[in-house]
Amino acid sequence: MIEGAVWRKWVFYNIPLILFVFVLLFPFYWMIITTFRPDGELYRPWNAANYQPFWTNNPTLDHVLYLFEETSFGRWMLNTMFIAAVSTVISLICGVFAGYALARLNFPFAGGLGTVIFVTYLVPQTLLFIPLAEIIRNFQLGDTPWALILTYPTFLIPFCTWLMMGYFKAIPKELEECARIDGASRWKAMVYIILPVAVPGILSAGIFAFTLSWNEFIYALVFLSSPDQKTVPVGVTSELIRGDVFFWGPLMAGALLGSIPVAIVYSFFVEHYVSGLTGSVKG
Amino acid sequence: MALVSIRSVNKVYDGNVHAVKDVSLEIRDKEFMVFVGPSGCGKTTTLRMVAGLESITSGDIVIGDTVVNQLPPMDRDIAMVFQNYALYPHMSVFHNMAFGLKMRKFEKPEIDKRVRDAAAILGIETLLDRKPRQLSGGQRQRVALGRAIVRHPQVFLFDEPLSNLDAKLRVQMRVELKKLHERLGTTAIYVTHDQVEAMTLGDRVVVMKDGIVQQVGEPLELYNTPANKFVAGFIGSPAMNFADVTLAESGGRLWAEAQGLRIGLPDPIARRANGRNGAHATLGIRPEDIHLASPTDADDLCFEAEVEVIEQLGSEIVLDTRVGRSAFVASVDPSLRMKVHDRLKLAMNPARLHLFDAGSEAAI
Repeated sequence: MIEGAVWRKWVFYNIPLILFVFVLLFPFYWMIITTFRPDGELYRPWNAANYQPFWTNNPTLDHVLYLFEETSFGRWMLNTMFIAAVSTVISLICGVFAGYALARLNFPFAGGLGTVIFVTYLVPQTLLFIPLAEIIRNFQLGDTPWALILTYPTFLIPFCTWLMMGYFKAIPKELEECARIDGASRWKAMVYIILPVAVPGILSAGIFAFTLSWNEFIYALVFLSSPDQKTVPVGVTSELIRGDVFFWGPLMAGALLGSIPVAIVYSFFVEHYVSGLTGSVKG
Repeated sequence: MALVSIRSVNKVYDGNVHAVKDVSLEIRDKEFMVFVGPSGCGKTTTLRMVAGLESITSGDIVIGDTVVNQLPPMDRDIAMVFQNYALYPHMSVFHNMAFGLKMRKFEKPEIDKRVRDAAAILGIETLLDRKPRQLSGGQRQRVALGRAIVRHPQVFLFDEPLSNLDAKLRVQMRVELKKLHERLGTTAIYVTHDQVEAMTLGDRVVVMKDGIVQQVGEPLELYNTPANKFVAGFIGSPAMNFADVTLAESGGRLWAEAQGLRIGLPDPIARRANGRNGAHATLGIRPEDIHLASPTDADDLCFEAEVEVIEQLGSEIVLDTRVGRSAFVASVDPSLRMKVHDRLKLAMNPARLHLFDAGSEAAI
């Protein structure tokens, strides 16, 4: 806490905090208010007498209904959920095992390999999609969910591996040694002791991987073309921006509804699981 | 129950750090053997090699009558207690203790019986449903012990199990460990850096330094006849006094001389130091073997010292004194009254003098 005069507390603590919260939350507010604002208000010029950008007195569900009735939004949600869930599971399984191996098995070049895996995460997707498009075409996976399920792990696995490696390194190795003296093989020690202890880390990696694939744009834009196959970010932007016409109401409704599942997943797991599992060792 | 035999064992890390050098030890059946030494002396590495957590660069380790060099930890029939307890945080106390039995496919009733027996011995029956994070340090320590004893292993390995406890609890757990060992009679190897733990717990004590065994013996043997200057200084508190002296023959006797100090060496030491006239050596005497000189003390065992610090402990007074260029710590009768800068005449107990070679530091 900042000591001293009241003005110091305001200048160095309260005001920066308020600014920060405002900057973070204002886009969400804007999204919500636009979703429920009727078109008449949305396209009213700024110098009109009843111009009222931050509030509406006539909330409507028109945009949400339009989204479900006139576009394949429900389908996009299912697509996105399926793709994000499957690619997260694949990446988590690979990431957990790779992270464990890099953290605990002393094989040659383990350190260097860890760095190389991280570097692959840094290769920009805007470059990587070009060769990947060729591969997807050769395997005839274009315009199917599998195009994304198999390409998302290219950035999710390095990410999960790196995160899990750090987490496994933080687990005292005595836990595992003790399990092995107790009669567990390395595999059993991992399954019965290390993985349960690593659950908070696995969940964090899972949440982040899920969010990353939920929000992914470039691969989804490139590899999917028919409206029924699209994911939420691509569907919303490609179907609701026609030429230079922006359908702001449905766009924002799509953004709002699209962000809800992620928010639910996130808050549920944070609340229930990502609290410390401590007490095994002297802390 | 088994003996453990360590035969010419070496450990070299990454081809250049020689952590354990040619260690050979016989730990007898039912013996409580303590490895003691400063950090980095190789004691923990040796223990971990016995446990199978560390590979052996060369040599043999035998438990019972099996060479265990290539056996994984689970097949060595040992139990280990770690410094940080290493309790499984997601399991209750019961399951922590039962884990080793489950892995070995014991029947449910047998597991239940053994865990409850062990819990009764350690006084933790009421804690069986708790998770480790709900326990205090001492309780966690007991659970870690319980996890070791339920399996009735051939050998217990302890890696500084008390060093995370506060001073009072440590003394209490030390006593309990001793009782536990007497009750179970299992061979035990105990690693510590605390010489008090080593002296009080060990049937025998191994003093290690720089990967080399300095001396093996019963606690009093190490205390009374240390093999070298390191053991002499490491065992005992306050530590033994050392003074660099020159040996000089005069009047048919051998004298240890330094600035402000001229001690006539008693016969056994003088005989062992025969032929070292003019050589440098280190004179050692424990604080408790120095007392205020009385008229009955022979002059050739007395010296004058200036008091620098007085530490009144109630049961004794620990004096830091200076004699020429050497410092002597003496523990004297608590009823004596003195001030800093007083000059006192102190006397050494001739039977308790130690002399060490200046080069090799071995006892003479």
